[in-house]
Amino acid sequence: MDELKIAGKTFSSRLLIGTGKFPSNDSMRDAIESSGAQIVTVALRRVDLSKEEGDILSYIDRNRITLLPNTSGARDAKEAVMLARLAREAGLSDLVKLEVAPEPRYLMPDPVETFKAAEILVKEGFIVLPYINADPILAKKLEEIGCATVMPLGSPIGSNRGIKTRDAIAMIIEQSNIPVVVDAGLGAPSHAAEAMEIGADAVLVTRLSP
Amino acid sequence: MKIVLNGNEKEVSDEILLSTLLSEIGIDEKGTAVAINGEIVPKKTFHGKKINAGDRIDLLRAIGGG
Repeated sequence: MDELKIAGKTFSSRLLIGTGKFPSNDSMRDAIESSGAQIVTVALRRVDLSKEEGDILSYIDRNRITLLPNTSGARDAKEAVMLARLAREAGLSDLVKLEVAPEPRYLMPDPVETFKAAEILVKEGFIVLPYINADPILAKKLEEIGCATVMPLGSPIGSNRGIKTRDAIAMIIEQSNIPVVVDAGLGAPSHAAEAMEIGADAVLVTRLSP
Repeated sequence: MKIVLNGNEKEVSDEILLSTLLSEIGIDEKGTAVAINGEIVPKKTFHGKKINAGDRIDLLRAIGGG
């Protein structure tokens, strides 16, 4: 299989791993190593000074792994831009998985705020990977302003329902000149396989909720 | 003097430097992002950055997340 190229960086694995739901940092490290993934997402949060927290970064081999900080928790463009800048200042990465999700129930991405934030971050030199609903028009517009990929959802985050947006994702793939990474809702190996069958360039998965 | 550190009031010595504060509370500068009163502090200025009474300081680090 040929390589995945994101903004000039080359990856041999097409599996991106989220680090959100592991019971321990050790199990997260084992999963990353076993998967062969080369891109791993992390979030950025205020440090809880009341307790000793294990440093997730010490469990990720950064010689091999590219960190993809996300902007989870952002409810609008302003908060997302702030989180991306903080992640860069913390030395995590110039890459950013842009997520703007103002409503807590389904965490559906806000297309207007996502687009606004993407415009700002692209201008500031970030490599922007926006998480979006499977909307072919939005995907094209994000490509046109310089996003490095688009990351359409298969179904709502954490729902494990698989690819319910199949036709729209196929349209995005057909029209896209940048990699399409199917993100969110993949709850079984067959869901990831389906994404690749449709023609996605990569998938992002994390540990299933127990 | 009093500051607000990650949302909680904290007493620190007057004119403390950001880098001293981080080391006193055991936070590694590497991998940490700092905002003071909502403005991001560039890493290269941590050492000379003086904290003022009443400053709202936010310290952020990577955690697990999708």
